[in-house]
Amino acid sequence: MVHIHLDEISLSFPVLHGSSRSLKKTLLARAKSTVAARTGAVGGRMRISNDSSEVVEVQALSDVSFKISGGERVGLVGHNGAGKSTLLRLLAGIYETGEGVLDIVGDTHALIDPNAGMNGELTGRENIQLFACRMGMGRTATQELERDVEAFSDLGAFFDLPVRLYSSGMSVRLGFALATVPRPRILLMDEWFMAGDQKFQDKAKARLEGMVDAADILVVTSHALSILRQWCTRIIWMESGEVRMDGPADDVLDAYEAALAVIPV
Amino acid sequence: MSAPSPASDATRDEAPRRHTSRDTPRGSPAARAWADWKETRRLWRLGVRLGWLDIRLRYRGSALGPFWLTITSALMVASMGVLYSRLFHMQLATYLPFLSLSLTLWSVGLSSLIQESCTCFLDAEDMVRSVQLPLLLYAVRVVVRNAIVFAHNIVVPLAVFVIYHLWPGINAVLAIPALLLWALDGFAACMLFGSLCARFRDITPIVGALLQIVFYVTPIIWMPQQLGAKASLLLLNPFYPLLEIVRAPLLGHLPSLQVWGIALTLSVVFWAIAIRSFIKTRARLVFWI
Repeated sequence: MVHIHLDEISLSFPVLHGSSRSLKKTLLARAKSTVAARTGAVGGRMRISNDSSEVVEVQALSDVSFKISGGERVGLVGHNGAGKSTLLRLLAGIYETGEGVLDIVGDTHALIDPNAGMNGELTGRENIQLFACRMGMGRTATQELERDVEAFSDLGAFFDLPVRLYSSGMSVRLGFALATVPRPRILLMDEWFMAGDQKFQDKAKARLEGMVDAADILVVTSHALSILRQWCTRIIWMESGEVRMDGPADDVLDAYEAALAVIPV
Repeated sequence: MSAPSPASDATRDEAPRRHTSRDTPRGSPAARAWADWKETRRLWRLGVRLGWLDIRLRYRGSALGPFWLTITSALMVASMGVLYSRLFHMQLATYLPFLSLSLTLWSVGLSSLIQESCTCFLDAEDMVRSVQLPLLLYAVRVVVRNAIVFAHNIVVPLAVFVIYHLWPGINAVLAIPALLLWALDGFAACMLFGSLCARFRDITPIVGALLQIVFYVTPIIWMPQQLGAKASLLLLNPFYPLLEIVRAPLLGHLPSLQVWGIALTLSVVFWAIAIRSFIKTRARLVFWI
């Protein structure tokens, strides 16, 4: 049975910048801190402080637990930095954590970045071939995919030009056309898929809905609450890496909107 | 609800439910690293393709393509050959074949493999962050890319051999297992240096600087015999046995068992370190790049 179970999942990641990137400075800082620890502390461990080479850890998710079973359409809400995208990447298998239990049954496909895995130097057609290779498609399937994406993205002559020459709208078209090809049982979607170019939108909407209908589980993040109301049966409201509220779409969205009205985001 | 397009139907039939139960998040780090490797083996075609694409893109728009590499290394060998045979008081006919082979093996073999292994994961930043693919796939890519460059450059020493009517004989076959060992070591280098360099950005230039030193202390432009009685000290340099197992057969000699033994032992130790480090760092790697 297709499901997603999360049990007390926590995830923290290092924010590396400046001198924490340097081996030399890290070793020096560590040497300094051991000296400080020997002289200063009795028993307790002292942390390296006021040192630019200290690695800052960000707690992106803490003790997140929920179960999603087949047939559910789940929306993730919360303001920027609440951990929605991190959660999505975790479900997609891009991030991993040792804390907590994550149990996913069913093949997942994540629509996280429109240009995921695309190479700007390659033409649109070559990128499609690369994508087909990634999906393990055969020759005939690849040719069909090429025709389908070419027709759908409607890029004309640009289809055989390197992707880096595309306007942002054009690369979204190509990325969208490709990303919506697989029919996974668990579909993870970031909000950019809702946005996009006006002319393109009706076509895109139909295609996306086809994909969503075919999936057993949908997890989507968005700031467009009207779309979430329309699509989702359940909403998980994230706040600073924790689940603030989890329940039927309308209940949670009403509470979320009420909270937004009080504290402007 | 729109009807699924024909292409997506075909996709569905050909690539049915690939990973029905993804168990990556479970299990020990070692088990996850093993799963990464199994997934890499399944997708090896993609790794090879990425390696090829790197080469094609590097030379897109140039008529000669990767043969530019061949030309530059031919020029390098010719100029260094003439100069150093003078400096070392050697016959060009004995020195040039040696130099052309050594220089090629070093610069497009060992040296470039190690140097490129440092940026193995950094170069793939976008993909690592947005697509769920096994990390070792990028190591396959680096090894394949280097193998292609190697194949283009090995033409230069071969041409020199033809000019001087040299023929290594049947011994040359022994270079093949040695080159395979290089490929495996290169893969291990990607696991070790690839993750270390992602975490600490100053390791890449440090590795480059060390390789420069190794180039001078290893018999690449000079011959081991020139050391005379002290030549046995060369075995302390890990790069000497590694180079010798490929170079000796191609020059028509048999490398000694001792040399092979040292090369194999070093490789096994190196793999052990690399595998351990990969297991430890794999899950954090995506946050580092």
